Amino acid sequence: MTRTSALLSAAAVALIALSGGWLPIWVLPISTVALGNGLAVLGMIVLWRAGLVSFGQALYYAAGAYAVALAARHLGIRDAVLLVVIGTLAAAALAYVAGFLLARYRGIFFAMLSLALSMILYGLLVNSQTLGASDGLSVPRATFLGFEPRGDDYTWALFAFTLALVWLSAAAVELYGATIAGALSRPMVDNELRIEFLGVSVDRLVHMKVVIAGLLTGMGGSVVGLSVAHVDPAMAFWTTSGGFVFVAILAGTASVWGAFIGALAFEAVRTFAVSTMPGTWQMTLGAALLLTILFVPQGIGGLIFRRRRATGAKP
Amino acid sequence: MTFLRQTSYACAAALLACTATSAIAQSPAPVKIGIPVFLSGPAVGAFGEPSRNAAELIVRAMNAGELPAPYNQKGLAGAPIEPKIIDEAGNTATVVTEFKNLVQRDKVDVVVGYVSSAGCLAAAPVAEELQVLTIFYACGASRLFDDNDYKYVFRASSSQTSDAVATARYITTKFPDLKSYSGINQNYSWGQDNWRDFKLAMSVVNPKVTMDKELMPKLFAGEFGAEISVLLAAGSSIVHSSFFGGDLETFVLQASARGLPQRSRLLLTVGEQILARQGKNVPDGTIIGGRGRHGMLASANPLNKWFLDAYVKEYKSIPNFPAYHMLSSMLGLKAAWEKAAAAKGGARPTTDDVIKAFTGLQFETASGPVKMALGKGHQGIEEVAVGTYRYNKAKNQPELYDLITYPAECVNPPADMKSEEWLKKGMPGAKC
Amino acid sequence: MTALAILIDGLVYAAWLFIVAIGLTLIFGVMKVLNVAHGGLYAFGAYSAATAIGLYFNHDWPAAGGFLAMVLAALAVGAIIGLVLERALLQRFYDKDEILTALVTYAAFLILEDLLLLIWGPQGLFVPQPYRAAGIINIGLLPVSVYDLMLIALAGLLAVGAWYAIRRTRFGRMLMAILYDRETAAAFGVNVTRVYVATFLIGSMLGALGGAVTAPRISVSAGIGVEVIVIAFAVIAIGGMSSIGGALVGALIVGFARTIAVHFAPSLDLFVVYGVMTIVLVLRPYGLFGAAVARKV
Repeated sequence: MTRTSALLSAAAVALIALSGGWLPIWVLPISTVALGNGLAVLGMIVLWRAGLVSFGQALYYAAGAYAVALAARHLGIRDAVLLVVIGTLAAAALAYVAGFLLARYRGIFFAMLSLALSMILYGLLVNSQTLGASDGLSVPRATFLGFEPRGDDYTWALFAFTLALVWLSAAAVELYGATIAGALSRPMVDNELRIEFLGVSVDRLVHMKVVIAGLLTGMGGSVVGLSVAHVDPAMAFWTTSGGFVFVAILAGTASVWGAFIGALAFEAVRTFAVSTMPGTWQMTLGAALLLTILFVPQGIGGLIFRRRRATGAKP
Repeated sequence: MTFLRQTSYACAAALLACTATSAIAQSPAPVKIGIPVFLSGPAVGAFGEPSRNAAELIVRAMNAGELPAPYNQKGLAGAPIEPKIIDEAGNTATVVTEFKNLVQRDKVDVVVGYVSSAGCLAAAPVAEELQVLTIFYACGASRLFDDNDYKYVFRASSSQTSDAVATARYITTKFPDLKSYSGINQNYSWGQDNWRDFKLAMSVVNPKVTMDKELMPKLFAGEFGAEISVLLAAGSSIVHSSFFGGDLETFVLQASARGLPQRSRLLLTVGEQILARQGKNVPDGTIIGGRGRHGMLASANPLNKWFLDAYVKEYKSIPNFPAYHMLSSMLGLKAAWEKAAAAKGGARPTTDDVIKAFTGLQFETASGPVKMALGKGHQGIEEVAVGTYRYNKAKNQPELYDLITYPAECVNPPADMKSEEWLKKGMPGAKC
Repeated sequence: MTALAILIDGLVYAAWLFIVAIGLTLIFGVMKVLNVAHGGLYAFGAYSAATAIGLYFNHDWPAAGGFLAMVLAALAVGAIIGLVLERALLQRFYDKDEILTALVTYAAFLILEDLLLLIWGPQGLFVPQPYRAAGIINIGLLPVSVYDLMLIALAGLLAVGAWYAIRRTRFGRMLMAILYDRETAAAFGVNVTRVYVATFLIGSMLGALGGAVTAPRISVSAGIGVEVIVIAFAVIAIGGMSSIGGALVGALIVGFARTIAVHFAPSLDLFVVYGVMTIVLVLRPYGLFGAAVARKV
């Protein structure tokens, strides 16, 4: 990424943030949640580029969200930036620990062990009545670097803040893709032994990717926790992870922006279906997913951004 | 430059996605009510469908002015009701997002809904922020108004604490030689809260009775073989359960097949819910509660007669307590709205007018009077009836006998006390 | 009493888990498809069996026929759904990534969930007649449902049948050949397409069968499918994903772990399954019966 492209993409993201001023207000909360989920999907994509699929990203998502809720409630921290940093770091720390377990695993067993870990967190949260059990905890309203916006201004501030996080994360993942560790993703899919011959430990690479994915997912969970103003154990349930895999497939691995467009598209389809056909919205979602897989196999990201990568989204 | 080009595409796509669904019209005259109930998932049969049916029936009847007095005015003080029913299922982020969409996109004036207590707890602060009148119709968590003061949020049905107190009082009165009890409750907030309150209530009204086993199976486990073995071995006098819907039906089936009711009497705090459908399958002698005084526990009054007749005529089945909760909440709204309109000489009241009228209001429902007595006038209390079940073979229909109706003040804390604190202090000020 | 109860409850639960998981592990083992739609097949099996039971027991026919009716109805529905899924969808994805096929089945599962509500409505079905007809017997002081004991027998039958089919029949040898190396098997004249269709069909019918035999002992209601998916995943992951023997051992481990938890530490019930799964996978990264895959150079 050159300096100009970084500046210009930042300007473009700022433009969207400002455009939030004239969008109907209801678009902002749903977009904020979608972008937060998009951060989690971005984490999935980092893993997926290396051929790894996690069925347990909800672990870090819930960890980030609960860290935000607890820091706000018990430490009295109100600043959104600080809260998201805390949530992100908590999730990254958890991912670092879990990474020691997960780094040895590939394929379906990586997916299954991640799933088991997230379900254990789910069980612990439901069992702990001090943390509100399945009803969860509310998250108090945040402030932004000393400002205390109210009403619609608060909704907009959170949206703009999330967009800033999105840009930072997208740029960081783009940069990471250009590093040696990032560039080794595809070779990891093709042939791990050859990487080992380069003198690089594949397990350590996987560990790093687990931490990056956990960090991004935790950031997503923190943002969603703030936007929804409530966290509950269902954030750690396997269906949450299933949703991220779902959107990751919609998005494809071709572009970092695909994660966010996929997440926005998913939320748009879901809310449209819930609103207009309340009894059959799951069916609508399922059909949309099938059509995407059948006709846009490289994902939405791949459809919009033609990458130089000849093989498209197939990891 | 790829990054740049991608960014600009991303911007365009994001804007497109956002604006595509925004063009939805609004009309000022009718009162728009958003009604989130379960339309999918495990709660749809026991809660969702009866609630949806009731909501549609009530709205139609209100708009036609067919309800008995004093609710016989058309609509809400003449303004027609326009319902928008959505699915409550989904995670909390979805629930909150769809709540915001109801208010900000679909411009509803009032929201009446939510069974899940997690949904209620998450939606309440949002209702405050968006300043929209919200009536939770069926969630039971006493935590909702114990831990918070709300301006825009109301709940016309009583909290789970009154079920626990009423059933504890009932078994103490009816079974003086009670030795011990066990409990099987779902391991999530509803089950945990019910069990905690029941244990506390028992320690107050019947401190000599001992507790044997507390079982906490996972929600929607659908398999209670091991739990039933534990209960069979324990042989307690009473087995308490706050199971609902499919889990309740499954537990009753598996327990009665293995003869648990012959060893321990079952106490089902929301058993009313399955009587209409499960009649023959519920063992005789089971103690039945129903979150107030609804369905087979309800008294004969004109409102109940109207509701029962209209519901059975329309849907060929008997309404259960979630349907009655929906009715109570809609009647509360109507009473408050029309009181506020009357105070303005018939003009359309603002949200603040309705809130003022609703706070502390007492109104009649099919389930008896509801008093908005707790939570600074936002949380309703109502009578709670408990009965014992038997299947009447002569008439070929289920029936309840030994019915005891507890006044609202007997099973609810006074206005200045939280539920758990009240139970722990030995229920001071209870008027029975 | 407690030891006896744990033994019986553990065996019954393990048998149920095995019946529910065997189709999943068969399909994954042979086709490398993680079939999320298994939950949908389970639910459809339960609903169609319940409908069959309801119709059958309305007449005064002998109860034994009711068992047959419920099993046949579920197998038929499982076969139809399996065939449609495989021919219309899955066959397009065999050369694609495993995760993509898993997502295709996830989409199918979402569609099946709503389809179920559209066909049978939200009220669900309650058909305990076969469960009641089987009666109870007292083992020691413990009353046990005969129907539950029949589940143990069925699980045993399925295990032996699967072992025989795989080890002793031509079809089984073709399965094993494909399992080890699809291309080589094809080169040696194994009709991979036909074996895939047959496998998916059998796996789907087994999924529906799992639902069918569960139907009389539960309230058949919306959302039952989603509950079995993840627990079936856990069972087969413990066993090594691809091994039917592994699924059997996985079912026994999970069955007894949960039963012991219910007896001694009821609140652990919520995650004992995943705790066991984690411990097994940490000790044996490819599950109990999974073999490490040789890495290509």
